Amino acid sequence: MKEEMSRIVRTMTTLIYVFIMVYGFYVIAHGHLTPGGGFQGGSVVASAFALLVVTYGNQKTQDFLQKDLLSLLESTGLVIFICFAFFGLGATFFYNFLSNSGSLFGSSATIGVNPGNLNTGGTVTAMNIAVGIEVLAALGVIVLTMSQASETIEKKEK
Amino acid sequence: MIGNFPFVAVVILLGLGIYTLIFKKNLIKIAIGITLIENGTNLFLITLGYRKGAVAPIYTQAPEGVPMVLPTPQALTLTSIVIGVATTALILSIAMIIYKKYGTLNSDEVRRLRG
Amino acid sequence: MKKSVFGFAFLFFVAFLLLSAFGMRPFGEPSFSEMDDYYIENAQAETGANNVVTTIVFDYRGFDTLGEATVLFTAVVGIVALFREVAK
Repeated sequence: MKEEMSRIVRTMTTLIYVFIMVYGFYVIAHGHLTPGGGFQGGSVVASAFALLVVTYGNQKTQDFLQKDLLSLLESTGLVIFICFAFFGLGATFFYNFLSNSGSLFGSSATIGVNPGNLNTGGTVTAMNIAVGIEVLAALGVIVLTMSQASETIEKKEK
Repeated sequence: MIGNFPFVAVVILLGLGIYTLIFKKNLIKIAIGITLIENGTNLFLITLGYRKGAVAPIYTQAPEGVPMVLPTPQALTLTSIVIGVATTALILSIAMIIYKKYGTLNSDEVRRLRG
Repeated sequence: MKKSVFGFAFLFFVAFLLLSAFGMRPFGEPSFSEMDDYYIENAQAETGANNVVTTIVFDYRGFDTLGEATVLFTAVVGIVALFREVAK
């Protein structure tokens, strides 16, 4: 297998990569308003990582995206998610203490059909972002680890 | 009869997956069969929650006065999809390790070679 | 011999599934929907989010999501541990 693909593919990948990342973070941030959420947006971002691996080969992608950093991000996302669950412990575990409180993400939504307000949702929005970070890091680690392992196995067979 | 076609599609997916699990020996094909069963289950959950002529349960710029489909099966399907991705990645990793160690993907040969 | 037994069991199972698929309630008319109607009516007032599915995933059934995130984390840990020897 050749390490890198042709110049046309590489140029198009660098162009499209930005748009895929922006779309993925849009899906994460608007999870409480439009179809989508943390899991879907994280998967979109991780698919951008997979595109990088396919186009540039494993070595260059590993230089660009540090696997240790992604691993750290994954743990951080999970810890933030559990922390938001624990913060509601005055009432119950997973209590939505931010909604309708007027603080960050706390303005109450208009009941019925509305165009959507980004500052609503309470802990739903915050957990969306935390889980989005976790999923994108987790799937990125999976992609990078498996591509690196397959490359090593291929090299050992030769 | 034709109104039940989504359930028949679920049965077809499940049947193909179980056929693959029973009769195929290749580990990659077994992984494909497990994924087919997963997708059949997801489709079954989604079809259970459908209401005729309804829209997705999202209030952002939804049409007025139209009923909404049941949200709980969709939420559970979301959970199931992510767990499916995780298990598929784990299955394929183990298949890679087995191929590296034994040099084959046939489950019978793996058993025959080293106890 | 073993294969034919498996084949008959498989055919029996698929026939059973097909029969139950044709005998199910008609598509598009859920029998019980009280819980989901409650969610659809009250999710906006109780959590402020427009997307009812996200509300269920992260608020009403948060424990489910916690387990799911843990499964994903465990799978990643397992994959990294599996390939630790190979990648060297």
